[in-house]
Amino acid sequence: MKKLQSTLPIMVMSLGLITLIAGAMLGVVYYITKEPIAQMAHETQVAAIRNVAPEFTNDPEADKWTWENEGLTYVVYPAYNGDKLVGAAVESATMSGFSGEVRIMCGFEADGTIRNYEVLSHAETPGLGSKMATWFCDPTGSRSVIGKNAETASLYVTKDADKNGEIEAITAATISSRAFLEAMRNAYEAFKQYGQTLKN
Amino acid sequence: MANKWKLIYNGIIPGNPVLVLLLGMCATLGTTSSAMNGLMMGIATMVVLICSNAVISMIKSVVPDKVRIPAYIVVIASFVTMLQLIINAYLPALNATLGIFIPLIVVNCILLGRAEAFAGKNGVVDSICDGLGCGIGFTFALTLLGAVRELLGTGRLFDCVIYPEDYGMLLFVLAPGAFLALGYLIAIVNKLRNLK
Repeated sequence: MKKLQSTLPIMVMSLGLITLIAGAMLGVVYYITKEPIAQMAHETQVAAIRNVAPEFTNDPEADKWTWENEGLTYVVYPAYNGDKLVGAAVESATMSGFSGEVRIMCGFEADGTIRNYEVLSHAETPGLGSKMATWFCDPTGSRSVIGKNAETASLYVTKDADKNGEIEAITAATISSRAFLEAMRNAYEAFKQYGQTLKN
Repeated sequence: MANKWKLIYNGIIPGNPVLVLLLGMCATLGTTSSAMNGLMMGIATMVVLICSNAVISMIKSVVPDKVRIPAYIVVIASFVTMLQLIINAYLPALNATLGIFIPLIVVNCILLGRAEAFAGKNGVVDSICDGLGCGIGFTFALTLLGAVRELLGTGRLFDCVIYPEDYGMLLFVLAPGAFLALGYLIAIVNKLRNLK
């Protein structure tokens, strides 16, 4: 078949046709994958909540409460056992990571004790800051934040002596560690705010 | 048939996109922090490359010369977007590690390069073979580079511990190590090629 000439109508037709077909194909794939993508996101969310929050009998996603502060959005997923608030999973974030946003999900008992956490997304350096997913639940030395009470413990790195920091920072990734702990403190702040709204 | 094998072989060794042609450096350096990431990125690129090569060689006669680049880019971008949606839906773990690098396959010059240099001039079957060859070559190079960086940087290979992490040179996991490792790999490959 002879190659088509590069005249304007032919070029417009040809390009138009190609983009039309490509668009239609994309539409089909989008339609097929829309459900699984939404479901996958939902499952990840539920798994994270289940992993960090205390045992609950309610549906934390249905009872979620959002709080906006200084441009960041926090989502509190309260965990109730019967009628009693036993704790919450809090989705928290900070922009002060080494390369931008760090999102974590942390779980608190009702009294503020940190149960567990999960790093949802981050852009920290692989091999350094990225260790935060396991570092802060490692019982070695004073690395772990698990079991600390966010109300009484000083959730700062030990290098921040003026804050009486209690947590050992990730080796060679102090900035990432500070960001992580900031997200943790923010999460607790959001949890406290949630407690306030319950009282009112 | 021998001819087809030659096309595939050409993409893997004599015309390896990364180690010989030095194409697609951005993706190469960015994604090879571990052997697994390199392998996954290579496979993702290979899938897009085979599909786009096939389609471009099919439509080459209805695309006028002056608009061939936009037409090719539309084809490539569509396949990349489809791949991204599929990965999002069914392979969340892969999505978490490769994340932003998947959309960047669109601007990987290997794809447009093969479209221009090969698929736009040859038949469908030959183009698929060429895509397969280059894809394997790209995957091979990325996996090799990822393995070198992971081994030197963290003491692991495909997440299996080879030696304790404390002795690893973290530099190799970071960006400068990518340049160093790639430079040495290319030097070694050049040396081996000259021996023949």
